[in-house]
Amino acid sequence: MSSPADRKYSDSHEWHKLSGDIVTLGVSKFAVDELTDITYVEMKPVGTVVEPGGEVGEVESVKATSEIYSSVGGKIIEVNPKVQEDPSILNRDAYEEGWLVRIQVEDTSRLDKLMDHEAYDKAHGAC
Amino acid sequence: MLRTPFHQFHVRHSAKMVDFAGWEMPILYTGIVEEHRQVRSSGGLFDVSHMGRVRFRGRHARRLLEKLCTRRLSDMQQGQCRYSLVCNETGGVRDDVLVYRMDDDEFLMVVNASNREKLLGHFEDVRAASEFKVTIDDQTMKTGMVAIQGPAVMERIGNFSTEIPTLKRYRFTVKNLLIMKLIVSRTGYTGEDGVEVMMPADKVEMVMKLIKKGIDLDDPQGAIRPIGLGARDTLRMEAGMPLYGHELGEDINALACGVDFAITMDKDQDERGEAFIGLDALREAQKNGLPRKLTGLLIEGRRTARADMPVMQGEKQVGVVTSACLSPTLERPIAMAMVDSALCEPGTALEVDAGRARLEAMATALPFYKAPKKQPAA
Repeated sequence: MSSPADRKYSDSHEWHKLSGDIVTLGVSKFAVDELTDITYVEMKPVGTVVEPGGEVGEVESVKATSEIYSSVGGKIIEVNPKVQEDPSILNRDAYEEGWLVRIQVEDTSRLDKLMDHEAYDKAHGAC
Repeated sequence: MLRTPFHQFHVRHSAKMVDFAGWEMPILYTGIVEEHRQVRSSGGLFDVSHMGRVRFRGRHARRLLEKLCTRRLSDMQQGQCRYSLVCNETGGVRDDVLVYRMDDDEFLMVVNASNREKLLGHFEDVRAASEFKVTIDDQTMKTGMVAIQGPAVMERIGNFSTEIPTLKRYRFTVKNLLIMKLIVSRTGYTGEDGVEVMMPADKVEMVMKLIKKGIDLDDPQGAIRPIGLGARDTLRMEAGMPLYGHELGEDINALACGVDFAITMDKDQDERGEAFIGLDALREAQKNGLPRKLTGLLIEGRRTARADMPVMQGEKQVGVVTSACLSPTLERPIAMAMVDSALCEPGTALEVDAGRARLEAMATALPFYKAPKKQPAA
């Protein structure tokens, strides 16, 4: 199964989907499958300003705790309340319902440096 | 990497494979939590062929094992299994093992995969030094082993054998089928009722065909489903069972691990007894008192503690987490930890230092979970 073509992927497995000046951020299906069952999600609160490459929160699974990074800098304007309530949404739907935060971005050029879905899938063995 | 005789089975069931102690093993098939619940509610089949199976045979087999194992074994009857530790000279734990008495002069021992080679060396050293007449034979590669565990298991097994469901806990039977020998024991590592079955490696496909006649492992709604090592770990944690490398280790005193029942401190007093390796050190530790002991921790909130996180009381570190998970049965985070003996009293308020967060924890007796007793038929 290939990753969605409408977004960009980082080496640390976050996806970034740009719409206007808003980036919606989540974790790739590949990474979720590696983490196995997600048990806990905690994102930084709305209003937090993150640097490019900065941390936006943490995701815990049965296996490990992982920090989540945004490749773009900006201000967190929305946090998905549903995944904090029911982290298993990430296992079911990492790309739509399982989004984590929305970030208002000033400089979107950093997205150009990220992988497109083909490069990401190639790097992580999706077929 | 080593592969078990069930490798094709795992591939067919789309298992996610990982390296475990040098073996390519299934961590999960569909999901750890789902598989965990499958075992608690109905049943699961685990490939445990990676565990070491070592046969001791000869005139002095019993004496050698008494020297190696912390638990008295001489009074075991044929057909009985016993859980024991193997200690080092300082009272630390080399491994935890299950000993099967096959005959007067023949025993079988199941050991952890990660310790098999270390133990084989140790057994050989002790045998050579004692001049005991024993042949030690590693049968791991020649055999396969599955655990079938869960409340629906014994009834299903009844489709194959009338004898097996009548076995008591920690008893086994040897089934001689036309061309192969199966060893079936009522044992396990999940806190559920069930069996473990050893079989010749080259007959695994045949055994699986036989199992298929009564248990459809391909049916997603089936009573017994394939289960990976991920769920095996969360199941054993809920059941409060220690794991080598976490609660047990060469540097951890055997008396601190919550398995005192497996240590016969007066074994050398017995007529046919034998002082086991580590006994002197354990007596010394018992006399001086143990600084830390294994306890359960119930953790508040939804965050999971992790192995090696410090256990705190105020600003003082009073222990360390050895294993932890979000318990699928209790639906809350649980942990096992080595904590200052005085603070292991159930109800003691503690904290786990999770880096940027402190998790509230309360000491609690193990296990976290006990299988409900089956009601006798009215």
